[in-house]
Amino acid sequence: MEKEGGSRDQFPIGMRILAVDDDPTCLKLLEALLLRCQYHVTTTNQAITALKLLRENKDKFDLVISDVHMPDMDGFKLLELVGLEMDLPVIMLSANGETKAVMKGITHGACDYLLKPVRIEELRNIWQHVVRRRKFDSRDRSYLDTDEDYEKPQSINSERGQGQNASGSSDRSMKPNRKRKDQNEEEEYDYEENAQENEDPSTQKKPRVVWSVELHRKFVAAVNQLGIDKAVPKRILDLMNVEKLTRENVASHLQKYRLYLRRLSAVANQQASMLAAFGGRDPSYLQIGALDGFGNLHSPATSGHLPALTSFQPSGVLSRPNSVGLGLQGLSPSRIVQVGNIRNSNNNPINNFSDFQSMNLPGSQHGNFLQGMSTSLELNQLQRHKRMQEANSGLPVGFSNNGLVSGSRDSSFVNVTNNPLLSQAHPQQTQSKGLGSHSTMRTLSMTTEPFQGSGEVSSSLADSDKCNESWQGAVQLTGFADENIPSNGSFNHENLANIEANLLAISQTESNPLKIPSCNLVGAAPHDPILGRDIQSEVSFLGGNTMRMPVAIEGASRFLNFSTAGTSKQKMEELKQDFKHEINYVFSSFPSSSNRTNIIIDPFTSTQRLNDFNSSRNMDMRMVAQTSINAQIVAPHCKIDKSCTDSQPKYKDEYLSSNSKLQDGFSSNSFSFGNIGNSVIKQEMDDIAFMDGDMGCDFYPLGACI
Amino acid sequence: MGKYSSWDFKKRDHDAKVNMNGDASVQVDKRRGRICEHADICKGYLDDQFNQIEELQDEVSPNFVEEVVALFFKDSSRLLANIERVLEKYPRDFSRLDSLMYQLIGSVSSIGALRMKNECTSFRDHCSDGNLEGCKRSFQKVKREYTTLKQKLEKYFQWLRQAGPVEQATNSRK
Repeated sequence: MEKEGGSRDQFPIGMRILAVDDDPTCLKLLEALLLRCQYHVTTTNQAITALKLLRENKDKFDLVISDVHMPDMDGFKLLELVGLEMDLPVIMLSANGETKAVMKGITHGACDYLLKPVRIEELRNIWQHVVRRRKFDSRDRSYLDTDEDYEKPQSINSERGQGQNASGSSDRSMKPNRKRKDQNEEEEYDYEENAQENEDPSTQKKPRVVWSVELHRKFVAAVNQLGIDKAVPKRILDLMNVEKLTRENVASHLQKYRLYLRRLSAVANQQASMLAAFGGRDPSYLQIGALDGFGNLHSPATSGHLPALTSFQPSGVLSRPNSVGLGLQGLSPSRIVQVGNIRNSNNNPINNFSDFQSMNLPGSQHGNFLQGMSTSLELNQLQRHKRMQEANSGLPVGFSNNGLVSGSRDSSFVNVTNNPLLSQAHPQQTQSKGLGSHSTMRTLSMTTEPFQGSGEVSSSLADSDKCNESWQGAVQLTGFADENIPSNGSFNHENLANIEANLLAISQTESNPLKIPSCNLVGAAPHDPILGRDIQSEVSFLGGNTMRMPVAIEGASRFLNFSTAGTSKQKMEELKQDFKHEINYVFSSFPSSSNRTNIIIDPFTSTQRLNDFNSSRNMDMRMVAQTSINAQIVAPHCKIDKSCTDSQPKYKDEYLSSNSKLQDGFSSNSFSFGNIGNSVIKQEMDDIAFMDGDMGCDFYPLGACI
Repeated sequence: MGKYSSWDFKKRDHDAKVNMNGDASVQVDKRRGRICEHADICKGYLDDQFNQIEELQDEVSPNFVEEVVALFFKDSSRLLANIERVLEKYPRDFSRLDSLMYQLIGSVSSIGALRMKNECTSFRDHCSDGNLEGCKRSFQKVKREYTTLKQKLEKYFQWLRQAGPVEQATNSRK
């Protein structure tokens, strides 16, 4: 829908609205009402489509009206995504007028909440939300995600959503002002540094605040000091003691942060429950803490399902015994595991998070493995080595069972199991914009909701729809992770390396092919030399979806083919499918990962890779590459923060965007690897041959396969 | 005397007109929208929301009301079938039933089907109480209301068609 230039001038006439409601009656009515108000309306009955439309061109709409209760995605989730990525005003629509429902809408950032049936009088005034937002934007607006669709062509996150920024802000009238302002602004990532250079806030539009890693760190420190419940912007501001930071900046950042925390905890809960569901999984998964348990892996693995966590455990291990903060740790294999489990049976329960996570779960669970992987990546590299040993031992067990290996349908993610690192790495990557390991966590942390799609997806690999679903899940996952990522900035290669190392270790130590589930080797940090191991974490582990994340590992040999090593061709098929699903997930999770990750979906390769994987130790590299790929992939879509340091919300966005990207890719082709490849692969993948989705990743010949 | 506000007066007048002509008349009430309050056909079954829908019909979308209604019936029959299925297979799954009914309520209230909406609400109440029998009873009522409403509206549209395009054409937007 093009906007007629003339109509724009007569605002609110011609205001462009995107209406989303799965109920056809309501949607038609709403459309008619809006048209009667002389707005320009686009309707869709699917949230996914809506997101796609919005992402296509951020400047295409002024306002979004969405139903709360939708089958493919929760309205609140859509609301958050839109708020984060596109920063458009969103109005919620619902038949439920209970206070708590309305409250939920507000806390999620809705600028209004309307009850069905909607009356035209109420709609006549909705344009105020657009104006209000514009005004606010022009003032000092702190975006966590510098790469907001608004302004700043030179937005900080050059890497991310460049295109997005380019589209300009929806606030047309402000655009010229903004641009000018943007250009004057030098603050890219480091607000503090540029503080002095900013114009005098009192007289001019305040420059956008870029929440750099340091800034965010200060913020988090201040919040923790005050206590999350007592943290009020004014006090936070005082504690932070940053010049040129206003209370409003802090307030809006705080709001996002709270949302993020909430999501994380939701995800964590989910994981926890999932873990529990899996039976005896080690709750420690969640913490990822010292994974020393590869053993965990085993357990799950054996079950075929690979309870999400179990498989994940290894990842934990991988990360390192200390698993300090590396994302993985937080990621807690559980997350990953979760994914895995779901696989087995289209269980939805896991779908949510675990699915995603466990995606990679060895064997059965693919999902999150990537996620787990990513976290593991974060783990110390040193740890890695150790872990690897452990992992290897641990993995074998797990892996063999993993669905991955056997192409069991269940877990699409299978891959992950072995390479928690790998797969995790990815998710993490994406997430950790800066957080590094957390990124994986993030993906994991994504609420379980997303997973629903994913979980199921894994099971039905063949079902492209599922992929989409999972994708959704995945997307969601990524969204959350923010929290976990400690703003360590940089998703570190180290982590990746660690993860990879772990993976490798796992694969290597074991004589049997670790069929590392096509873990998504999340493109962990860009080539991490350490990673050099041949962690060919192919993202493809995901079973069918061999998403190979072409980790841009420099020269990294190849992806970790987590896909169950040694799987026979048939298995590969299955894995592939799973992988597909997983990949979907993985992709989504990666969005933010380092630029390098490329996600390559190559079912075939995965198998090979696995083999190779075992033999090769360049897991790390792969992982790194993968994650980097992710980042790459994501970059275009989402505003991926180059520096992981970005505030979490960024990640979220990235994820979201990447996810969406992935989704797009996936949904359109059910597995559209190609799509992904196109979009993502473009990113650098220096060495990765796979870029561009060609399956032929140059993976490290696994040879022995795990 | 100011017994009747202007609105009341109109309404009274409106009703009078309707009653006078009985079923066959389609009074154009410019103030309230194209069609008078569904004459006697749908009285009590539809509320003011339906009027809103009618008011949205114009030259640009001359069949808007019928389209919306058709859409409604199609979608709600699907939802009803879902609920019925769940009632058979997972009768105790109240949260699922509740969620399905919640979806139905959205469109029911958008169309202005008053009585049906009330039954749907009581169904949801039974769900939250965990009262299976109550749910089943309510559900039967919902279905009855649905069928009745469908008949009435079909009659209504027939009526409108018989009334001829003239009245409709002269109906102007508010």
